[in-house]
Amino acid sequence: MPALRARGLVYATGGRRLVDGVDLDIAAGQCTVILGPNGAGKSLLLRLLHGLIRPSAGRVTRAGGREAMVFQRPVMLRRSVRSNLRFALGVAGFTGAARRARIDEGLQLAGLAALARRPARLLSGGEQQRLAMARALVTDPAVLFLDEPSASLDPAATLAVESLVRAARARGVTVVLVTHDAGQARRLGDRAVFLQAGRVAEAGPAAELLNAPRSAPAQAWLDGRLYVPRDTEYRDGRKD
Amino acid sequence: MQGFGGVLGEAVGLIARWDPALVEIVGLSLRVTLTSVALACLIGLPLGAVTGAFRFPGRLPLAVLLNALMGLPPVVVGLTVYLLLSASGPLGPLRLLYTPTAMIVAQTILVTPIVAALTRQVTEDLMGEYAEQFASMQVGPLDRVGALLWDARFALITVALAGFGRAVAEVGAVLIVGGNINHVTRVMTTSIALETSKGNLQLALALGVVLLGLALLVNALAMTVRLSAARAANV
Ligand SMILES: Nc1ncnc2c1ncn2[C@@H]1O[C@H](COP(=O)(O)OP(=O)(O)OP(=O)(O)O)[C@@H](O)[C@H]1O
Ligand SMILES: [Mg+2]
Repeated sequence: MPALRARGLVYATGGRRLVDGVDLDIAAGQCTVILGPNGAGKSLLLRLLHGLIRPSAGRVTRAGGREAMVFQRPVMLRRSVRSNLRFALGVAGFTGAARRARIDEGLQLAGLAALARRPARLLSGGEQQRLAMARALVTDPAVLFLDEPSASLDPAATLAVESLVRAARARGVTVVLVTHDAGQARRLGDRAVFLQAGRVAEAGPAAELLNAPRSAPAQAWLDGRLYVPRDTEYRDGRKD
Repeated sequence: MQGFGGVLGEAVGLIARWDPALVEIVGLSLRVTLTSVALACLIGLPLGAVTGAFRFPGRLPLAVLLNALMGLPPVVVGLTVYLLLSASGPLGPLRLLYTPTAMIVAQTILVTPIVAALTRQVTEDLMGEYAEQFASMQVGPLDRVGALLWDARFALITVALAGFGRAVAEVGAVLIVGGNINHVTRVMTTSIALETSKGNLQLALALGVVLLGLALLVNALAMTVRLSAARAANV
């Protein structure tokens, strides 16, 4: 039984099918990376899987358990770093000493112990990203959605985030990770899904998809080319 | 007829030596206004936050109504409360007309829509920012309202100050339901109106100076709150 199963998932708005018939199984306890160019619908797919938006058609069935998401642009509550963790834990039902212990654990995870009392909105972009990550992890989710969690991080912080993902994965957390970083996808992914214009262009074991992509969009993406559908493909600025 | 300078001098004298009549009037004004603002916050903060935090049928009309009620004419509120509390009115048996309680009721009615409407605005903006995060965390309704009120605390203090400013300077409603009775319901604004017409310009002007001072104080407090909010990145 997969952690999440999407069937015929469509999200349409303004006459455009932004997510266009996605069938997908997210394997429990594994890390699935979602790849694809800007505007492919990766963030929308994540929202659909997490249940934040309702599909226009199709459905998502889930094995259950707590889910948490780190957004592409993290939302910081207008309070201290510590209170951000405290709030998430309170909502998830943690109180008293257990909550205090987890807050400290979260501060350690994020490497923000020294900034615990700082208003979260005064943190740098990277620090906010790490806090958002810790805030999601301290509640012990069964499924963790990460939308480009290291997009604004320096190499050291990126490694820190990746080790957090690995640690979560080792604890059996199902991870769904959107990334533009092929290296990161190789390092973390068990399975990979390549999205192009709202459709799954290719899905399979991460190593296979990343080393020997079969679909034209995934090949183009890995070569660093702009993929344009066949009849209008450009190379070197000239039309074939 | 004394010159303005002379009257002002005597007025300042009244303030400087804590003239008992002046102190009594200012004290009642503050008691009535602060109680009204507290009650208005008790009702208006949750009402505004709920309207800002949730989508429910009738939310928009309610928001429009609250905005419209912000501009309630005080004399109309005064008249309505008067009719309710007068001997032949439905609440006549309570014998509240011409008491400080009647003034508190009238001012609470005036200030509650201000607090509610501004709170709705503030919390709705904040909810726009938090909506997805809260949906992801599955934040319950009570936690949601609580978090919005807490995270908007700086703006909401300014809202309460605005309510105070409006209530303390208001004259129409408290005059109608309070009656400006000496030692019972005389507040700053009604006294200014009465003492001016009686020619007791020193007391009127002294009260005017105090009122002006309060307005300055309220604005200084609002500014301080804004600055602390900016320092806490709570804007
Ligand atoms: N609420 C919305 N209403 C209309 N269009 C939307 C909405 N949300 C997203 N879109 C559009 O849907 C497409 C996919 O958006 P999405 O955010 O999922 O892309 P993405 O794959 O995450 O891209 P990126 O790599 O830039 O983050 C984009 O063209 C975007 O403009
Ligand atoms: Mg995105």
